[in-house]
Amino acid sequence: MNWEILGIWLGALVTFCLYSFLYRDNPFYKFAEHLFVGMSAGYWVIYNIENVLIPNWWQKMFPAEGGFSWIWVIPGIFALFMIARIVPKIASFSRLSLGMIIGAGAGLNMVSFFQTNALAQVKGTIFSLASDSVWSVFSSLVLVIGVVSGLVYFFFSKAHTGVVGKTANVGITILMVAFGASFGYTIMARLSLLIGRCQFLLEDWLPTIPRLLGFGG
Amino acid sequence: MNNLSTFLIFLLLFAAGTAPADNADQSESVVTEAAEEFRVQEAVDLEASDTEEDAGGSVSLTWHMEIAGIIPDSLGIMRSDPSGGEELIATLPEGFVMYNDESVDNGIEYSYWIVSYLGGTVEACSDRAVAVPSAQWIYKGRIGMLIILFLMAAVIIYYIESGKKGKELFIREIAGLEAVDDAVGRATEMGKPVLYVPGIADMDDIQTIASMVILGRVARKTAEYGSSLLVPTSRSVVMSVAQEVVKEGYIQAGRPDAYNKENIQYLTDDQFGYAAGVDGIMVREKPAAIFLLGTFYAESLILAETGRSVGAIQIAGTAMPSQIPFFVAACDYTLIGEELFAASAYLSREPKLLGSLKGQDAAKLFFIILIIVGVVSATIGDYWSPLKSVAEFLRKLVTVN
Repeated sequence: MNWEILGIWLGALVTFCLYSFLYRDNPFYKFAEHLFVGMSAGYWVIYNIENVLIPNWWQKMFPAEGGFSWIWVIPGIFALFMIARIVPKIASFSRLSLGMIIGAGAGLNMVSFFQTNALAQVKGTIFSLASDSVWSVFSSLVLVIGVVSGLVYFFFSKAHTGVVGKTANVGITILMVAFGASFGYTIMARLSLLIGRCQFLLEDWLPTIPRLLGFGG
Repeated sequence: MNNLSTFLIFLLLFAAGTAPADNADQSESVVTEAAEEFRVQEAVDLEASDTEEDAGGSVSLTWHMEIAGIIPDSLGIMRSDPSGGEELIATLPEGFVMYNDESVDNGIEYSYWIVSYLGGTVEACSDRAVAVPSAQWIYKGRIGMLIILFLMAAVIIYYIESGKKGKELFIREIAGLEAVDDAVGRATEMGKPVLYVPGIADMDDIQTIASMVILGRVARKTAEYGSSLLVPTSRSVVMSVAQEVVKEGYIQAGRPDAYNKENIQYLTDDQFGYAAGVDGIMVREKPAAIFLLGTFYAESLILAETGRSVGAIQIAGTAMPSQIPFFVAACDYTLIGEELFAASAYLSREPKLLGSLKGQDAAKLFFIILIIVGVVSATIGDYWSPLKSVAEFLRKLVTVN
């Protein structure tokens, strides 16, 4: 059996099954969907065991050079708390683990979010508008007005009326223009994915048909 | 005349006598230079020091290379610890003059030296330098940020306390959030379920945390109205949190009996596997209201388009700039960026959350003023130098290394 051709045919059939969703929900799509969800769930279980649990916990608790690092028992206990959810009587222990995850996530992200989404943006906007080129002055003005009016749009303490309302309208208009540009750009990227799939069907799968029928080399 | 002849003869004899001595010096110098020329360059002025303002576990090495001599093929960084064990910790191409050793333990004195390789053999060896790595508590590059964070925290606490004392904190209308109750009501009237998609990020993502807060509100509404709520998740921890949040919502609504744990299920961690699964739920369950709130990537349009095709009212929200356009195009209401984070305060009207939102608004106002003053001073500063330093100061204030 030619495993390569079998792989190509499986890929093509699953592609057709998934694209059949464009017509309507049907048994072929259901089959492909369940296959995809099931396989990927299984894959991620193994991936997490191999790439997260073993190197980041087990191998640190029992280092290769020998010994036992007791500090790693603590995350192990928190992990067990998560599994405690399946026993109703002790299910509330899982809240400790969840609290730890959410608290640590919020705390750690606060610094990086503030740094990248606030301070870096402000720093990037403080510059001189003066330039020899009219176009450059115009671009700089659009940037500064866009940032300031955008910030005004996300100002929740004032109703969008009067000057605040008009400034916020400028902000949301600039945002929508930016979203439009982003939309077009991303659609192009998605089309390239579609082209990739079409190329697979036309260049990899289609030539196997005459080969299977005995016409090709 | 005789005297002149004698003087000339003396000069000739002197020249003849001194010439061999000069030649000897010259040849010695040539030999020394040749030796220098054939000697492989050695690393000099090696300095080892604890890497400043870090969490420890790092030693910084700097050195220069001798100017004269043959350029080595590569350099080897050697290290020894108090136990006496010597090891080669890195091999660098010729030309490097610094290296950070990240494989050290705090509090141990390490000795370093650099060897020069030529043709695979060690041809020169530097002097040794020692360092003891340690951790520092303060990273000075972020002091500006710390001050701004403290100021923000103080303003937020002020507004929270004001809210607790009964001061009314105004929040403007956010259309997408006003529609939450209507969407759940519509689903109830149509006898169809509500589908809540919390995105594909884990619980350490701020957007997922914000999404869980909104889920609590949606759960309470579905419990009050008696609709069923479906929450497919892409992360096992998100599933656990969602179960807790929905359960709490049903308890608050006085309907703990209506809570069905099975409606909050884990599908898969895989991005498109999850999208395929959620699409399947949409076309089979035909929900009347779909909430897409959280972190989304390329699956956003797949989900929003399918939701639209089944005729559901859709409320979406994310802070992912590249995905907002798809939600704007395919959904009825879209929470753009920070509106998602404001949702929890807006929906709950709790003084604590409203105060926090007010404090964030104060920070935004501060940044608006900072930008305007900065741009004006930088622009005028091009013509009048004293203002240039104002702009530089403001830039420095918001610089985080």
